[in-house]
Amino acid sequence: MSGAALLEVRNLRVEFPSRRGTLLALDDISFSIAPGEVLGVVGESGAGKSLTGSAIIGLLDPPGRIAGGEILLAGQRIDNLPYEQMRAIRGRKIGAIFQDPLTSLNPLYTIGRQLIETIRTHLPLSEAQARARAIKLLQDTGIPAAEQRIEQYPHQFSGGMRQRVVIALALAAEPQLIVADEPTTALDVSIQAQIITLIRRLCKEHGTAVMLVTHDMGVIAETCDRVAVMYAGRIVEVGPVADVIHRPSHPYTVGLMGSIPAMDEDRERLLQIDGAMPRLNAIPTGCAFNPRCPQVFERCRNERPDLLDAGPTRAACWLVADGQRRAA
Amino acid sequence: MTSPLVEVKDLAKTFDVSAPWLNRVVERKPRQFVHAVDGVSFAIQRGKTLALVGESGCGKSTVARLLVGLYSPTRGSVQLDGKDIHGTADQAQLKVMRRRMQMIFQDPYASLNPRWKVRDIVGEPLTEHGLVTDVDELRQRVAELLLSVGLAAADVEKFPHQFSGGQRQRISIARALATKPEFLVCDEPTSALDVSVQAQVLNIMKDLQRARGLTYLFISHNLAVVRHVSDQVGVMYLGRLVELADKGDLFSAPKHPYTRMLLDAIPDIHMSGRARTPVQGEVPNPLNPPSGCAFHPRCPHANARCSSERPAFKPFKGISVACHAVEEGRI
Repeated sequence: MSGAALLEVRNLRVEFPSRRGTLLALDDISFSIAPGEVLGVVGESGAGKSLTGSAIIGLLDPPGRIAGGEILLAGQRIDNLPYEQMRAIRGRKIGAIFQDPLTSLNPLYTIGRQLIETIRTHLPLSEAQARARAIKLLQDTGIPAAEQRIEQYPHQFSGGMRQRVVIALALAAEPQLIVADEPTTALDVSIQAQIITLIRRLCKEHGTAVMLVTHDMGVIAETCDRVAVMYAGRIVEVGPVADVIHRPSHPYTVGLMGSIPAMDEDRERLLQIDGAMPRLNAIPTGCAFNPRCPQVFERCRNERPDLLDAGPTRAACWLVADGQRRAA
Repeated sequence: MTSPLVEVKDLAKTFDVSAPWLNRVVERKPRQFVHAVDGVSFAIQRGKTLALVGESGCGKSTVARLLVGLYSPTRGSVQLDGKDIHGTADQAQLKVMRRRMQMIFQDPYASLNPRWKVRDIVGEPLTEHGLVTDVDELRQRVAELLLSVGLAAADVEKFPHQFSGGQRQRISIARALATKPEFLVCDEPTSALDVSVQAQVLNIMKDLQRARGLTYLFISHNLAVVRHVSDQVGVMYLGRLVELADKGDLFSAPKHPYTRMLLDAIPDIHMSGRARTPVQGEVPNPLNPPSGCAFHPRCPHANARCSSERPAFKPFKGISVACHAVEEGRI
């Protein structure tokens, strides 16, 4: 899109070679994130949301590999960098927050040591300066008595507090972009709200862009500016969060929104999408959603739609093209 | 009103989490107990759904396990249709009661034996209870059960790994329905599933309830799901019920500050602009619960009485609530 985008992903393809042929896990993914923007990536298990995040931070698990396309951070290509150069970017320019706060912290080191190490790896600070910065970061993330708690080990923190420490770690070197992969999924609802508010506030203050991967539409609605809906390795709809939630164009997004029990209306039955997401080795031809789509027609079975302008959002659906032709 | 199908009175379960004997002697550590469930009472009418909600560690799952007899209670009783399920020593009578209540577990990956075919998984309760002895009849009953949850009769020859999460949860439901129970205990049946699959499973559960007049105890931490499935809702905090009310009352006019907090914490996908007060603090350590009302350290309405005296769980204008502030009319 515009030249001002902080992160730009163009036609990204990720493959997993296997004995029974190559599986295409991400197929022609393109999107961009502006500085300070929060982009939500939503979809069901296996849609490729987390994989997109891993590809951006350069941590694809082998044998997965980027088979095509490019990823640009502030105009610089980062998908083909050597390991050591990518390591310098990771943490410094791109921070990461993962789902399980216990496994993303080292249980053998105090959180202070982990924070100071991260800060000193990326910023030219002395031990004492780094320590002061670590305490400041912990205070910013809402950890009470940060001076004392910095000496403690991860097991002495509760789940919500650990996730705050992980957020402090991600922000340690003032990155331009944070990739947050299901940051609230492992937490209780009351803690979840605290963490969402925290991520949003900190990113506003620091001007950090965020790519928020989650399956929880509630979290997306509260946090994001724009949202991308993924299905079977492709983006099926992308647009401003209010439009995608209230006026979705793609039948999959419509089904996804209808299947969420709402707090403010009574329905006897939930809208349901029959069937399940296809496996990677059996992606249907044409539109991958066509076997489950209530509005499927001939073209959907043969031709694969790309993202088309559908009012305020962009949707990969032939209905959209159909509507435009009829309007013209 | 007719008598309730399930009646729970002053149910309590204490777990001994003391250090080993030698450590206690050498390090002079006292014995330690967790009061996982501490005096919970409720009743479920026939054909209705009671939901229990609360955060991790509040004792919801322990209640579920006490109800089906996977744990034996430290105190209190569980009655099914007027008969105490824990007080009976008569094995034959117990077996009949077990047939009338079944459980659906949270994780459909862990609750099905990976080495068994679906036929054996769903057929086991039937043979175990001696309901079906004939092989052909068994095959037919299993096929009917699978069809009733939206699976195919041909699926009997498959193993659990050949199914997706939602399909596995349907197998769990088919297994639970095998003995034609009246009461189903569902412990977070959809929390491991994606939203679209969750909708499928919730719809099936509602259809089955209507068709067979089932009574559910539905345990969940997702208030939106609870609002969709339940008739009555009980809110638990640190092993105790803090509020029990009809769904409409609880969601439109929550009384207990903890219930209000939980409702406030739900992300609002419709962005109605509802003002949210982010909750402060976290659930305290159940090993060392706060004095008085367990919620007082996080409660915006707490006063001196709340920190010293534990509020009783008592009826208040048609609902039941355990809160001094509500009782005194402060909130």
